[in-house]
Amino acid sequence: MMVEVLISLVKIFVIVLGFVMAVAGLLTLLGDRKQSSKIQNRVGPNRAKILGIGVLGIPHFLADGLKLVLKENIVPAGANRFLHTLAPVLVLAPALIGWAVIPFMDHYCTGTMQTTAEYTEICVGGEWKNYFSIMHLNAGLLFAFAIAAISVYGAAIAGWASNSKYSLLGGLRSSAQMISYEVSMGLSLAGILLIYGTLDLNEMARMQGYLLWDWLPMWGVVVQPLAFFLFFLAGMAETKRAPFDLPEGESEIVAGYLTEYSTMKFAGMQLAEYAATVFIAALIAVIFLGGWQIPYVYADGIRIFDNHWVPFGEQAWYWISIFLRVHAMIFKILVLVWLQFMMRWTLPRFRYDQVMTLGWKILLPLSIANLFVTALIVTLL
Amino acid sequence: MLIANYIPLILLVLVAIAVVGGIIFAAEFFGPKNPTREKLMPYESGSDPLSEPQASRFSVKFYMVAISFILFDLETVFVIPWAMSWRESAAMGHGFYSFAVMALFLAILTIGLVYEWSQGGLEWD
Repeated sequence: MMVEVLISLVKIFVIVLGFVMAVAGLLTLLGDRKQSSKIQNRVGPNRAKILGIGVLGIPHFLADGLKLVLKENIVPAGANRFLHTLAPVLVLAPALIGWAVIPFMDHYCTGTMQTTAEYTEICVGGEWKNYFSIMHLNAGLLFAFAIAAISVYGAAIAGWASNSKYSLLGGLRSSAQMISYEVSMGLSLAGILLIYGTLDLNEMARMQGYLLWDWLPMWGVVVQPLAFFLFFLAGMAETKRAPFDLPEGESEIVAGYLTEYSTMKFAGMQLAEYAATVFIAALIAVIFLGGWQIPYVYADGIRIFDNHWVPFGEQAWYWISIFLRVHAMIFKILVLVWLQFMMRWTLPRFRYDQVMTLGWKILLPLSIANLFVTALIVTLL
Repeated sequence: MLIANYIPLILLVLVAIAVVGGIIFAAEFFGPKNPTREKLMPYESGSDPLSEPQASRFSVKFYMVAISFILFDLETVFVIPWAMSWRESAAMGHGFYSFAVMALFLAILTIGLVYEWSQGGLEWD
């Protein structure tokens, strides 16, 4: 009992405070600002130095954080003080809690690992120990969706409670946009759920170890390319980043629902956006890009075209494969985050009617059609 | 015990609340506090706000979006359990029947979408 609590605390600190905060807080901020400066032919943040050392402008972000802490907290006159404070909680907390179900690696096997002829890995003479995801839920995907949906409340409440017209418009825009794209997000996944037959994220990642015709990794993106595209677009719209950043369009409504926020409340909401970006990347990686799977690399050796090769002996290879796979998962997440930032700085912002048209008239019919065609193919096969 | 299975989740919620609480605490208790009337005014490019935004009306379009969302999200709620149980019905030999029922359901909802589209419920101008 105590050991379990200790293990889960370690996992929570490593995944949420270590990985998410480090990636979302530092790496994405750094990557985002540095990348935007490169794209726009600027230098970017490079002035801040600690003891004369300024590596890539990293101290700049510490200085930014410190400055935000030391600013005055302003709640506008006539605003609802309680809801104004509650909104950042409702935005940031779900972005962290959602990570409970993301598997960074398959469960650890205390026995020996074997790969069957169907490329399924089984644990022989031992049991599975869940060391690489905070919580193993058999309805993990539903949990992730349910938690992610809470942040709609945060944005809507932030807009309403600020007693400012720009905030109210931003809150309305963001809630309308988020619920519009949530429909396509859910429906585009129905097809792939039909193929996997499970809502368990770790189980999904396991299934993607299958090799079609003994050479093609059966990742989600291979069997459901359209769904991958739809989910990626809808996910980007959910995180409210450019080109979908209508709720915060500076040129139209100042900063949207963030207009009346200052100090760490503002920083928390910004951080939540970055955390949501990373979270969507992790979901896409698990559902469509094989999660922790590396093609042809299995826990009991490397397999290509019926050739089976075990480098360094079995137990050592198991440890190496764990190491490789955890890093493969992190690498996939980082690539997807980078892709989202690349799109953000490449594409101009949509008009609001274009966002709604894209959501309701293009993504929704396409995801219904995708589901129908997938069901038809699965039934006929 | 059932609740014991969810200990990691409960711990994670506690940690998340602690992190967010720390952020709110830092916002409330550090930094100067000298509010003035101008500072506390809702931002409206410097001019005095004429009306209360919370009492003002907003576009009915958002209401339409909310209604459509409820309809199509309910569709998702029905489709996902169907997708999960399809394997089972196919194993019992009812795969095609299961598909036909779902196709009918999707067709009815698609007709609804087409109707809403043709009536201008999805227009935004």
